[in-house]
Amino acid sequence: MTTQHTTWFKAAPISAFPENGGACVKYHDRQIAVFHFKQLDKWYATDNECPHKHQMILSRGMLGDQQGHPKVACPFHKKTFSLETGLNLQGEDYCINVYPVKVEDGFVFIGV
Amino acid sequence: MAQPQKVVVVGNGMVGYKFCEKLLNKAGGGSFSITVIGEEPRPAYDRVHLSAYFSGTSVDELTMAPASWYAENGIQLLTGECVLHIHPEAHYVMTHTGRKIEYDKLILATGSSAFVPPVPGVEKEGVFVYRTIEDLDAIISYAQGASRAAVIGGGLLGLEAAKATLDLGLETHVIEFAPRLMPRQLDAAGAGMLKRKMEALGIQIHLNKNTAHFEGESNVKGLAFVDNTSLEVDMVVVSAGIRPRDELAKQAGLGVGPRGGIMVNDELQTTDSDIYAIGECALHKGMIYGLVAPGYEMAEVVANNLTLSIAKKGDVKSFHAFDMSTKLKLIGVDVASFGEPFCEHTPHDTIVVEDKLKGIYKRLNVTTDGKHLLGGILVGEADNYNMLLQMVKNQMILPPNPEDLVMPVRKGESAGAGMGVASLPDDASICSCENITKGTICEAIEGQNLGDVAAIKKCTKAGTGCGGCVPMLSDLLTETLKKQGKTVKKVLCEHFDYSRQEMYHLIKMSGTRTFDEVLEKHGKGCGCEVCKPAVASMLASIYNDVIAKQAVIQDTNDRYLANIQRGGTYSVVPRVPGGEITADQLIALGTVAKKYDLYCKITGGQRVDLFGARVEQLPFIWEELIDVGFESGHAYGKALRTVKSCVGNTWCRFGVQDAVGYAVRIENRYKGIRAPHKLKSAVSGCTRECAEAQSKDFGIIATEKGWNLYLCGNGGIKPQHAVLFASDLDDDTCIKYIDRFLMFYIKTAEPLQRTATWFNKLEGGLEYLRDVIINDSLGICEELEKEMEYLIETYHDEWRVAVETPEIRARFTHFVNSEEADPTLEFVEMRGQKRPSDW
Ligand code: SRM
Ligand SMILES: Cc1cc2nc3c(=O)[nH]c(=O)nc-3n(C[C@H](O)[C@H](O)[C@H](O)COP(=O)(O)OP(=O)(O)OC[C@H]3O[C@@H](n4cnc5c(N)ncnc54)[C@H](O)[C@@H]3O)c2cc1C
Ligand code: SF4
Ligand code: FES
Repeated sequence: MTTQHTTWFKAAPISAFPENGGACVKYHDRQIAVFHFKQLDKWYATDNECPHKHQMILSRGMLGDQQGHPKVACPFHKKTFSLETGLNLQGEDYCINVYPVKVEDGFVFIGV
Repeated sequence: MAQPQKVVVVGNGMVGYKFCEKLLNKAGGGSFSITVIGEEPRPAYDRVHLSAYFSGTSVDELTMAPASWYAENGIQLLTGECVLHIHPEAHYVMTHTGRKIEYDKLILATGSSAFVPPVPGVEKEGVFVYRTIEDLDAIISYAQGASRAAVIGGGLLGLEAAKATLDLGLETHVIEFAPRLMPRQLDAAGAGMLKRKMEALGIQIHLNKNTAHFEGESNVKGLAFVDNTSLEVDMVVVSAGIRPRDELAKQAGLGVGPRGGIMVNDELQTTDSDIYAIGECALHKGMIYGLVAPGYEMAEVVANNLTLSIAKKGDVKSFHAFDMSTKLKLIGVDVASFGEPFCEHTPHDTIVVEDKLKGIYKRLNVTTDGKHLLGGILVGEADNYNMLLQMVKNQMILPPNPEDLVMPVRKGESAGAGMGVASLPDDASICSCENITKGTICEAIEGQNLGDVAAIKKCTKAGTGCGGCVPMLSDLLTETLKKQGKTVKKVLCEHFDYSRQEMYHLIKMSGTRTFDEVLEKHGKGCGCEVCKPAVASMLASIYNDVIAKQAVIQDTNDRYLANIQRGGTYSVVPRVPGGEITADQLIALGTVAKKYDLYCKITGGQRVDLFGARVEQLPFIWEELIDVGFESGHAYGKALRTVKSCVGNTWCRFGVQDAVGYAVRIENRYKGIRAPHKLKSAVSGCTRECAEAQSKDFGIIATEKGWNLYLCGNGGIKPQHAVLFASDLDDDTCIKYIDRFLMFYIKTAEPLQRTATWFNKLEGGLEYLRDVIINDSLGICEELEKEMEYLIETYHDEWRVAVETPEIRARFTHFVNSEEADPTLEFVEMRGQKRPSDW
């Protein structure tokens, strides 16, 4: 087994993120969407870019679940992606990267 | 275990792919080792819907199955590789990279290529064919520098190509050699009607034209015809027919037809019994089938027979002559031809309906005893196509008045009164692409408890080919569920087991005011992108709270109170009631647009749209607009949009009422009200109808005595005229009726159902609606008026609230940890303004 070293980036205080919604974090010249899935009491982070038409937008997407599986729907054409795996849930070839998130001392950290 | 049989497929087109799928399904893994070689750079895609690529459907969406599917199923897929030789004696093929691949059975699915007639000059730049994704890419890129295009060929594909060049913004001409369009499918009268309709779309049709040569130096500049006329164009798409790709077969010494095509017997074997040919390259009994359904049937026959030869049970299948019925898609005009469209050699009588005004032509050929349908032609309206086709195929007995089958469809009636899916026999083939019968579909619905069309598609594969049978699947579903005694209920989604109307009622009764409360009381799971906005809309229609308070359940546009546009910026549309605007307001619009560098456009709804605002700029822009008296125009919401007005009697010499004044009153009354879908209205000052009120959800036209009220009209995707609801109303009565009507619609429609579609599904139609609204037959009018009154009283300008409430305003940023704007936004200059760069 290989252990990967995770760098934790301190993004913003919890209060900066809407409950059951997302917001975009700037990390150097990358954009990461962070979601506070309050209903499941979970945090998720993914690429902010939607692979469908390469729009920097997923943080403004809508959260939901498909048969209990957490997902985000892109605002543009409603493609949905698993927040756990990043796979497209309509079975298309697109997928997004997902990143670990932890919350400590009222702050949200992203594993980059 | 025996060695797996080596099956090699040449050609990874639609049929080649379908063959693999079928062989896998029948044989499972292990019995065969399959190799597919395709010359195109990507796995097989849906060529039938190729034109959808122009309107934004991506290659991925068109792909039949991704490369990973082949890998997962143990199929070796070689793309971008062309087979150059077959060695039938030694049983191997050789590709252009020098790869040698051995086979036990070889399947040729090489399809066809576009036929390009050897006219002098055809090799010039700017001459294209229309067959592959690469062809379309080339057309799109060349079209950017072109303004006039000609399509050579007025057949099925030519007209589709013509619509595509028209949509690319080019002046479009169709050149047809024959004296009529679609000569193989339509008779003279039908083709004439089609020509008129195509011309109305803006496509110019030239018949009886034989191209002598292409003009121009290196790039094409025009066409010269044999009759000494010519046409200047800077781009040409040739769609003059197809040529089966039989070059491999010919070289290998297999039998080919005199005019091309690989000769096959009823089991699709070529003259070498280990080599098969299927799809558009196969010549069966003198026929090349240029359609996908017969190709799929061929794939079925070969997959079946190969499996048999191993499993040694079941029956050998053979291929029989196939129906060539077609329904044209995507060209903006319904056209279909089925069974025997001409009946040249069959005794018959015809029933013809022709309405030149509406552009409808329908012809049915019936047996001389009037009992059976032989075939026909439909132009301008083809709603009945599926049903008519079934009647031919199943030799069903015609109803007593067969002419009813082709009477133009009237509003509120379903097509072909009296002939529903219920009357079809069980062995009627509903999906001809996948050859799936009504019996199979109904069994699947019952046996596996399927609840929607998507599930039927997934389970039976019906409807996954050309898609033409999808409306029938939906009818079958309704029928079957009804038969089982289940009421067919439209539920919101997997999270709520209720229809919108039930939800509306439940929310109202239980007094729940937030999505979380509604979910907890009436639903399950976490919600999704379907139910969240639907519930948000209902909450707004019932309580009229500030929607920004529950921002995360709103559709993106409502969440940011602006329409999101290509590139991720937003548009700003202030309300301009009745289209009346002061000079100071106009100046303010200009000042703001200039300051924030916004693209300005006058909309089709009598107001101004400012595009290209970044999310963090929105509150600042609105602040300045609010200062001069502007309010949100709700261009982003399922709410009242504009109430268009004409000049009316204050200025116009024909006007009989004050249309502007009344429009302003109406717009201010209903602004901000959320509905299942957007609402549009207009007021015209006289019967000349300059405000186009009859195309609106509620439209008002002045008369000498008052107002005529029209309801449930629609422009958009499926235009429908509004119906005259009541005449000569005074100001207040007219408004009272609108209050009741709007509330009744808001409470009873499905999510995202406009008034026109709602009306078409309303049992009892116009008479019923009049009874409810005018005669209060349900005894609910008082309640409706009270509810409307509440919505009007609680109106607030959403943008003012957003700008003035710090915690709402704070959400308008791109990053949470930086003030910076999204650095990836890109614009290009266009006619002195800006626009987002391409996707
Ligand atoms: C701006 C405008 C085009 C223009 O430049 O003229 C426009 C722009 C859009 N229309 Fe429209 N429509 C505009 C007039 C119309 C009209 C004509 C009219 O209202 O007089 C129609 C046909 C009439 C009708 O609706 O019955 C029209 C039929 C549609 C439809 C199809 C609706 C249907 O039921 O078939 C959509 C799609 C939808 O709403 O789901 C649509 C959707 C859209 C959206 C909202 C698409 C989107 O989500 O981005 C566009 C927003 C652009 C933006 O960012 O502002 N637009 N749209 C017009 C705005 C008028 C206004 O001042 O509010
Ligand atoms: C714009 C358009 C619209 C259409 N609309 C309809 C419609 O509405 N309804 C309908 O039924 N049909 C329609 N068709 C026709 C339909 O697409 C074809 O009937 C179908 O694609 C035929 O499938 P096929 O697999 O036989 O051939 P193809 O899809 O042409 O596939 C053959 C493949 O084999 C490859 N190939 C050929 N030779 C070699 C070689 N030597 N080595 C390796 N690879 C090779 C080719 O590159 C190609 O990818 C339409 C076609 C077009 C172009
Ligand atoms: S403005 Fe309307 S018609 Fe034009 S592209 Fe957008 S949605 Fe389509
Ligand atoms: S850009 Fe995300 S779904 Fe199209």
